[in-house]
Amino acid sequence: MSAIDALTLAVVQAGLQQVCNEMDIAFSRSAFSPVIAEADDRSDGIYDRDTGALVAQGEYGLPVFVGTMQYSTGELIRLIREGRVGAPEPGDIYIVNDPYLGGTHLMDVRFVKPVFVDGSLFCWLQNTGHWPDIGGMVPGGFSAHATEVEQEGLRLPPVKLFKRGAMDPEIFSIISSNIRVADQRIGDIKAQGAALAVGETRLLDLIAKYGRDNLDQAIREIRARSAERMRAEIRGIPDGVYRSEAFVDSDGVVNEPLRIALTMTKAGDGLTFDFAGSSPPCRGPMNSVIATTLSSVYLAVKHVFPDVPINAGTFEPLTVLRPEGTFLDARYPRPVSGCAAEVSQRIAEAVFLALVQAIPDRVTAAPAGTSGNFALGGFDPAKDAPYVMYQITGGGYGGNADHDGLTNGCSTIGISKTAPVEVMEQYYPVLFRRFALHEGSGGAGAHRGGFGVHYEVELLRGEARASFVMDHGRFGPPGVQGGRDGAPNVVRIHRDGGVFTPPHLSKDQNIAIRAGDRVEVMTPGGGGYGDPRERDPALIARDVARGYYTPEQAVALWGRR
Amino acid sequence: MRRVAGIDVGGTFTDLLLTEAGPDGLAVRLAKVPTTARNQAEGVIAAIAAAERRPADLDLVIHGTTATTNAVLERKTAKVGLVTTAGFRDVLELGRRTRPKPYGLFGTFAPLIPRELRREVPERVMADGTVRTPLDEDAVREAVRALVAEGCEALVIHFLHAYANPAHELRAGAIARESWPNAYVTLGHALLSEFREYERGTTASVNAAVQPILDRYVARLQRELREGGFSRDLLVMNGNGGTVPASHVVHEAAKTVMSGPASGVMAAAATLAQTGLANAITYDMGGTSTDVALIAGGVPEVSAELTIDYGLPIHLPMVDVHTVGAGGGSIASVNRAGMLQVGPESAGSEPGPIGYGRGGTRPTITDANLVLGRLDPARLTAVRAGVSLDAIRDAFARDLAGPLGMSVEEAAAAVIRLGNVHMTGAIRMVSLSRGYDPRDFVLFAFGGAGPLHAVALARELGIPEVLVPARPGLTNALGCLVADLRQDRVNTLNRPLDGLDMADLRATLEAQAADALAVVAEEADEIDETTVRYGADMQFRGQTHLIRVALPGPDITREAMQALFEDAYHKRFQVRLPEIRAVVVNLVTSVIGRRRAFPLSSLLDPAARAGTVEDSRLGARPLYADGRWQEAAVYAREALPFGARIEGPAVVQQVDATTVIEPGAVATVDDIGNLRIRA
Repeated sequence: MSAIDALTLAVVQAGLQQVCNEMDIAFSRSAFSPVIAEADDRSDGIYDRDTGALVAQGEYGLPVFVGTMQYSTGELIRLIREGRVGAPEPGDIYIVNDPYLGGTHLMDVRFVKPVFVDGSLFCWLQNTGHWPDIGGMVPGGFSAHATEVEQEGLRLPPVKLFKRGAMDPEIFSIISSNIRVADQRIGDIKAQGAALAVGETRLLDLIAKYGRDNLDQAIREIRARSAERMRAEIRGIPDGVYRSEAFVDSDGVVNEPLRIALTMTKAGDGLTFDFAGSSPPCRGPMNSVIATTLSSVYLAVKHVFPDVPINAGTFEPLTVLRPEGTFLDARYPRPVSGCAAEVSQRIAEAVFLALVQAIPDRVTAAPAGTSGNFALGGFDPAKDAPYVMYQITGGGYGGNADHDGLTNGCSTIGISKTAPVEVMEQYYPVLFRRFALHEGSGGAGAHRGGFGVHYEVELLRGEARASFVMDHGRFGPPGVQGGRDGAPNVVRIHRDGGVFTPPHLSKDQNIAIRAGDRVEVMTPGGGGYGDPRERDPALIARDVARGYYTPEQAVALWGRR
Repeated sequence: MRRVAGIDVGGTFTDLLLTEAGPDGLAVRLAKVPTTARNQAEGVIAAIAAAERRPADLDLVIHGTTATTNAVLERKTAKVGLVTTAGFRDVLELGRRTRPKPYGLFGTFAPLIPRELRREVPERVMADGTVRTPLDEDAVREAVRALVAEGCEALVIHFLHAYANPAHELRAGAIARESWPNAYVTLGHALLSEFREYERGTTASVNAAVQPILDRYVARLQRELREGGFSRDLLVMNGNGGTVPASHVVHEAAKTVMSGPASGVMAAAATLAQTGLANAITYDMGGTSTDVALIAGGVPEVSAELTIDYGLPIHLPMVDVHTVGAGGGSIASVNRAGMLQVGPESAGSEPGPIGYGRGGTRPTITDANLVLGRLDPARLTAVRAGVSLDAIRDAFARDLAGPLGMSVEEAAAAVIRLGNVHMTGAIRMVSLSRGYDPRDFVLFAFGGAGPLHAVALARELGIPEVLVPARPGLTNALGCLVADLRQDRVNTLNRPLDGLDMADLRATLEAQAADALAVVAEEADEIDETTVRYGADMQFRGQTHLIRVALPGPDITREAMQALFEDAYHKRFQVRLPEIRAVVVNLVTSVIGRRRAFPLSSLLDPAARAGTVEDSRLGARPLYADGRWQEAAVYAREALPFGARIEGPAVVQQVDATTVIEPGAVATVDDIGNLRIRA
């Protein structure tokens, strides 16, 4: 490799990364949906023209999309080749949200734009944005009871929403007629398209500077280098077979836990993930499509080796055996609304629990691992308008070899922030009675887990329906290396002078509430790391003084106070 | 004779610029002394002495300090207590569900106020400002008593929705002051009257946590200055790029955080004004980090959404400085995939680059500059425990050139090029991603290392011209000298424009202006002219991000405001949204007392100036550029005559910085002493 190549490579890699980062920022800053604008539930990337393989993806994008978007692009390319979707022309943007075509759940809407150089296709740009509603039986789309995908909302195959630069008003009309609170979607659609335009402009600058052929060559080389980088990390893991399991509380319809069984084999510079033995496809919406299952494995590995850059090469050394016949490889018409937010995190948890056996210094105990989706849909009589309110919450991260777990960390598949209480109360007819730390929730250990959140929200006016898709209500996040589990998730509805607990604990939908009723949620704490008896007594005393644990809990958990 | 001193305390050096205006014109004195970390006042006094003056000689001191920034970053802050709304004491600890980095689940966060010092009292104000639960005054008394007993030195009172109705905070504040042993009581809404309880509360807690520290420091500095015979005014820099009288600065101590980078940008703005330019991207490269900011139309961009450290947002208007962790000390290495990497690891200033001779062994950007002759390798011998150039070349051969299969020179050139690529990313973030084309700007290069890289960087970005000011290494001290007095006021409305009472809007803006004008008027002697700037933070209904729209005055029509907003939005996002209503979220007023300008040409001593370019030439040395060694002329900056023209390759050296003029670039010295380089 000559001198100029090493330099060009590094420069091109940084340049491609900047293109993606700028798309991420432009999308968030101009979006209307708070899920995108405030919570950054979106991702932008560049994909190979022939295969859809990932070339580069924004550093500020949602992790769960790290592996899905290349499959989505790949499926689009296949459908174009088969003549089932129109061929790309300059200025076109395809819209698609079909989960079975390389997606997640229906709310994650993908825009795909071809980039042409001198009349021939150079690559694809794609972004995914989580829309606040996509129709279906539940406001916000997180159904807990759906048994087929049609109940979950509007499903769009790849169609050209923009043709040669102009939006097709008829397709827009179909979309806006099928979703709730449609009046702001025009703003999000323009923002989502404009972000791709920003990326195209910057990418064309890069192509003009380095030349199409050089850029192609650099992209191939970067991919090979990333694969090598990942192999180097994997070589540091002791050879062996590592087994772990994780449980989803229920599918929302049948009240039985779903099991994820993982056998991870490390040999040489490769890692193989086999999910054989996991539960079969389920009736409720906790099925995962294959793209989401793969992405969940990738993002978990990336969390353990965060310095490896993201492109298709990064994941070449990882082999995921297709989990046919399990709920981790859902086919039409299985409902899937829980896969992106919850099942993905259980899959990642299984990967963490396998890896921590092999490299205990580099992996934490299980994090809370639920997105805490709570949707409240109703009609505000004071504003004479319908609304859909979303609340997401974090939980405790796992203790680890270095320190206690982080409190109220983001879901592992997300980077989204929660909306401030003051913002929620400005926009929706609700009042928070508390937004506090979930006391006692951190799993005991030499390094304890971080704490979850404990909030309680009251409906001020009118009537509304509450829906929940959360997890870890039945079992807390596991501790490791002798540490205890974190506290599980709790949902309680205070109404009619009584307390209602959903039968599935963490999942339910359309629970009717009226003004004065309250919803109370306590999110999980992280798992503990190491033997609790090895914890520094001064830290136990500090935690009691802070009210993190009662003196009685301290005695029970650590044998001292 | 009127003497004014601008003194900036940086991480490594304390810099002083002193102007002496007398009947014979203006003279300037400079000094650079080591920063005294434990007590910054010692370094300040030492700087005055190094300029051969006594405090008694001075009429005005304008001071930039890192005391508060460092206290927060090192978590060496005061013990603070919190009184807050029942049910919400954990807001400051929970944050908004984040993690330190997008990938990786390690990392910790400790709030500035620990949980045992956060007390709840019954009270509740609703989103519309109405009271749901009256304030329990006895509970406030009890909480305050308990926090005093715990030994808290400062207090924060932070209630939900206090921006909409501050009555409970005001009353609780009055109760607290009856028994609080000092003046360190911060009310959440008083500093920042905007919604978002975590950001507002954190901003208040930063203020309280640094208040006692700043107060003690300013008192100590004033005492030491007084002991030296100084009895006049002291002004202190704020992060918004303005100065505040010392008597007011402690009240809003949080505003001094991040003031160092801001003062450099203000110096750049003043220099541009005297040069007749309006648009610049400022590029301040130091040892561990690089600060980039944008000046459009002569005015530095200001943001109220900066973050000091993980989990510590500070939502006060500050000069919008974008910092990247790449500087002269950034370490170059070959990663596990065999790819060259520069940063994020840094050798810092201890042990620093190999060339510093303080024990550094890994190649850095500064070392690459030495290898290529861009920095003067002859000066290495001047360093104590000197390091030879061969030792640096050996490290490049071992760590980079060998593994990459390059020559040592090629490896060093690649390090500089890649370091520049990281900087171009930062520059694009402050320009392109905000709708500005960098080609419409000059690159204003300062800091010890900025002028070394600026021409190459400008070429990378297509920026046509680089401007290196007369004293690139003393820019922050210059910022103190030229910074205006500034007061900002913010109020949240959060109402659709079409439903707004424009008379109310006018009254709010006028009240903000009157309040801020009163503070600025206290320093009337220093001010040539006072201007008031009005603005509004706006959004389309349903959005959460804001766009700052400048307003021509408080008396504005609804239609005019709508048009201003739509234009600003289109400029930023290339989108028009006639379908959606505009919302006014915040009203903002800034009062700026413009300080008397002084001629920047006096920064270069006329006595040192040579008659011709040739006379300012020190010699020549080999410089590696464009893939080969070339002979570069070396000039003394202080000796360059105004109007001088230099063709690259050339190097211009001065005490505080080195400028590299790449082959093909042409530099001229303009009529106030700036080096203007056609990249």
